[in-house]
Amino acid sequence: MVNLDQAFFLYFAAMIVVFSIVTITRKNPVYAVMALLVVFFHVAGLYVLLNAEFIAALQVVVYAGAILVLYLFVLMLLSVPREALGAAVHRRWPVYALVGGAAAVEIALLLARSKFAQRPGPYPPDVVREVGSTQAIGTVLFTEFLYPFEVISLVLLVAMIGAIVLTKKWTPAQGGEEGR
Amino acid sequence: MTELIQPIFQTAAWVAIHAFVPAFIVMNAVLIAGAFLTYVERKVIGHIQLRPGPNRVGPLGLLQPLADGIKLLTKEDIIPAQADRFVFVIAPFFSLVPVIMAYAVIPWGEPTTIMGLLPWLRAFDGWGYIPPAWNPFPLVPEKATLVVSNLNIGVLYILAMSGLSAYGIILAGWGSNSKYALLGGLRSAAQVISYEIAMGLAIVGTLMLAGSLSLVDIVRAQESSFWYILAQPLGFLIFFISGIAETNRAPFDLPEAESEIVAGFHTEYSGMRFAFFFMAEYGAMVIISAMASILYLGGWLPLQLPIPSSVPAIGSALAGADGAVRAVNGALMAIPPIVWMLSKIGFFLFVYIWLRATFPRLRYDQLMHLGWKVMLPLGLANIFVTGLVILVKG
Repeated sequence: MVNLDQAFFLYFAAMIVVFSIVTITRKNPVYAVMALLVVFFHVAGLYVLLNAEFIAALQVVVYAGAILVLYLFVLMLLSVPREALGAAVHRRWPVYALVGGAAAVEIALLLARSKFAQRPGPYPPDVVREVGSTQAIGTVLFTEFLYPFEVISLVLLVAMIGAIVLTKKWTPAQGGEEGR
Repeated sequence: MTELIQPIFQTAAWVAIHAFVPAFIVMNAVLIAGAFLTYVERKVIGHIQLRPGPNRVGPLGLLQPLADGIKLLTKEDIIPAQADRFVFVIAPFFSLVPVIMAYAVIPWGEPTTIMGLLPWLRAFDGWGYIPPAWNPFPLVPEKATLVVSNLNIGVLYILAMSGLSAYGIILAGWGSNSKYALLGGLRSAAQVISYEIAMGLAIVGTLMLAGSLSLVDIVRAQESSFWYILAQPLGFLIFFISGIAETNRAPFDLPEAESEIVAGFHTEYSGMRFAFFFMAEYGAMVIISAMASILYLGGWLPLQLPIPSSVPAIGSALAGADGAVRAVNGALMAIPPIVWMLSKIGFFLFVYIWLRATFPRLRYDQLMHLGWKVMLPLGLANIFVTGLVILVKG
């Protein structure tokens, strides 16, 4: 007999697996994006089960609400022609299967043998439940992980500058080469 | 057998009473209110433009939404031959469902016994006909909280749901396989993404003052201090303007600009599917209005004037008015909280309609300029100043 938590976990996990497969097997990229949206929602559900409501909300805000919308945006502009959608299986599939399989084995090994699996952090679930996941994340992010956090923001800044440099059209009036 | 089924029955009854009934009430109230909002909008715009507005169906045209509903339900449901059937059919749901879901965290008032109804229900035993083990009524709470779910991340939840509203519009635009619809969908995607950022930044100022992401806690924090519009006037303006853009309303209604792209993303839709987009738009308007009330106007809290003698600057001059002000405050207190909440929402909805009747539509480059070069920096500045003030005042 499973309790309610387990029942929800099984539901979320099953939906994630099923719709991940749907995502990578759709030929039409718009359908793939819609399946991926379902996956994101159920991942958010898993976070809620772990008492990480904040992460769950961010999952939906950032991945479903922003990144995936941008994907959809680009896909609509590209408008993939029907005949170019290609065969059911990519011709180099053994290579991809090998890489994917190796990654899966590696993750499994890491999880099975890692110290992270046993070491409880400063915020085990009962503490998180007490102070709230938002505050727990804020505290850890801006104290223990401050430097990694700053490094990430620097990386994002580089990406932003890169995007501007790549897309900006320089005109002679602005002192640049034309049509770069 | 009874021992096995009875706990399941109790759980099911608990879920039904604490989750399903409130959700059902809120959902239907929202949909009906949305229908009547179309009437209010036509009436208000009619009066602004010096014409009577709808006045044929029922007294003052009040039954117009009902007539419209019947018309939409019975209209032919056309799916264009070249459309992507699945996406075309599912897009209206993508549009409406997140909006309805967002209502789950909106608090409508203080916990109430609903004029003694709930204690009566609790004690109800079916006049002796329901066996005690099967009686779900003792599970009825003593007081209704008037919020379907007081999530501790309520604000983020609403932001997440309003971010999802772009999907319905984009998918409708793409699935219709029509140039106008596609252009409308693209405009909407760009607009929602741009203004979501400014809206999030504007809210941060309020969150810093309240120290919570729960909408109920934010109202409680204003109860013990003051309405946050006094401390966050800039944040309020950014939030409300971004909210209008986020809901694709005039003057930011480029995704459905009729003079340029017919009806934008819903050009190809008819009947009930079209109505879904409409309900989503009006539902989102109510959400933004409710958020503005909760974050900046104290939600369900009654308006209270400051007692003159407690204000240092004007204290001595108006000291005689203390009694009158107290009387006014007492009268304002007597109005039920839910009436306050609904009238604040109503006020913002009126502003929405007023703006639509008054302002011309922005051009696309103006829209982007306003979002990225005005709202975004102002939002950041607002956070910075709020942080400074909190730091200085301790």
